[in-house]
Amino acid sequence: MTALAALTGHYLRVSFGNKFSLVFSALQPFLYLVLFGPLFQRSGVGSWAVLVPGLLVQLGLTSAGMAGFTIVFDQRFGVLERLRVTPVSRVTLLLGRVLRDSVVLLVQAATIIVAGYALGLRAPIAGVLGALLLITVLSVGLASLSYTAALTIRQELFAPVMSTLVVPLMLLSGALLPMSLAPAWLDVVSRLTPFRYAVEGLRALFAGSYTSPALVWGVVVSLAFAVLGVTLGTKRFQRENA
Amino acid sequence: MIHARGLTKTFGPVEAVRGIDLDVSPGEIVGFLGPNGAGKTTTLRMLTTLLRPTSGAATVAGADLFADPAAVRRRIGYVAQGGAFAPFSAVGEELVLQARLYGLSGEQARERVTTLLAELDLPGVEERTTVTMSGGQKRRLDIAMGLLHRPELLFLDEPTTGLDPQSRANLWDHVRRLRERDGLTVFLTTHYLEEADALCDRVLIIDHGRIVAAGTPDELKSEHGARTLDDVFLAVTGRELREGAAA
Ligand SMILES: Nc1ncnc2c1ncn2[C@@H]1O[C@H](COP(=O)(O)OP(=O)(O)O)[C@@H](O)[C@H]1O
Ligand SMILES: [Mg+2]
Repeated sequence: MTALAALTGHYLRVSFGNKFSLVFSALQPFLYLVLFGPLFQRSGVGSWAVLVPGLLVQLGLTSAGMAGFTIVFDQRFGVLERLRVTPVSRVTLLLGRVLRDSVVLLVQAATIIVAGYALGLRAPIAGVLGALLLITVLSVGLASLSYTAALTIRQELFAPVMSTLVVPLMLLSGALLPMSLAPAWLDVVSRLTPFRYAVEGLRALFAGSYTSPALVWGVVVSLAFAVLGVTLGTKRFQRENA
Repeated sequence: MIHARGLTKTFGPVEAVRGIDLDVSPGEIVGFLGPNGAGKTTTLRMLTTLLRPTSGAATVAGADLFADPAAVRRRIGYVAQGGAFAPFSAVGEELVLQARLYGLSGEQARERVTTLLAELDLPGVEERTTVTMSGGQKRRLDIAMGLLHRPELLFLDEPTTGLDPQSRANLWDHVRRLRERDGLTVFLTTHYLEEADALCDRVLIIDHGRIVAAGTPDELKSEHGARTLDDVFLAVTGRELREGAAA
């Protein structure tokens, strides 16, 4: 427990010391909010309460989803090896980073929601708090898988592969336009990605429909995704251990 | 302190380590010598729980490598060949974090870091990054990282490679002092044979993943009628060490 707190605290100090990356990893969804939001709002497709949840998932992908980038350097400079030679459990080594990524995401998400309010978003406070909780769960899975990928694929491939992967995943989630508009084939493909369920769950929360099946699915899929991510991530941190 | 039997490691088709037996007693400084690619780092990474042996068994610092790797980790320090610091973070923060991972409180950790840095002639470098440090300073910093939790056994992988002769001598002095003062057992790799001769109680020569000679430097020299460990190396492998030690 103290090891986890020490790790998370350390990583948080590093992250919040680097304001540039804090802003940069939230820049895309923020730009969509400001430069695309007003169009979306007038398109008749939906209100801010439909767009902002989508942007939160986009943020998850660009922020927590790219978290693995930091471990590439730790691996290259021997920092990871030095952490692995301590008695700290491998799952703690992973979670120390992941919790940092969740906190960072939470701060970024709150900023986007506040900016959304300034632009005209109206959503019940309980729904917004629930959404922050759900996006945190999602970020655990995203960050864990991001680290797993960073430690598995060739170092120099991580950034290009991940930043390319983020685009289809984001489009398929229906983050920018609801998948109810999609042709059948696209709808089917979209249902094969976990982020579709997260987006719809978040929209249900922003709409205040706390008992809708979409929310149940969003929670179930996000939880399963987090469990899967942490399991794979821990396995990857353990690999090659005696 | 270390007892290993039949350790092997294969990476796909590469047999990096081909059956190593070794015993290190408490308080010894043992040198593990061999050319690049001989299997030194691979052996160290197995003994430090970082790499799972393909076969074999070992107890390290009194704990079984397979049954209780966490106990091994608590009792050993490991200084990797490539260092342990990223160039962009303040070294004090990194050292304190590492100490806390061994269970020290924040305050204990900061105290320990301050003392240790002073002992290694690096007082007050906490706020600096390694970018501004010399090779010798960086290596001492790596050693500080390995000593935070007062291990009984310290593994050093090529601690002096790339250093100028003066920094190398300085580093050896530190290692000697740690052994004398704390009874630290040291297992180190190097390909500077004259240094191993001067510093180590015992040396093991490894070539192509196998130990080809072992003993005190004097034993080895008299056994092979050699004047230096370089000549011993030539006698047991038929090659000059330097040829294989390009890096
Ligand atoms: N992770 C790895 N994957 C594949 N081959 C490796 C790996 N690590 C080391 N090797 C190979 O194992 C052999 C021994 O390497 P190493 O233990 O690093 O030697 P040394 O430290 O004595 O220079 C070399 O042939 C090296 O290329
Ligand atoms: Mg090596």
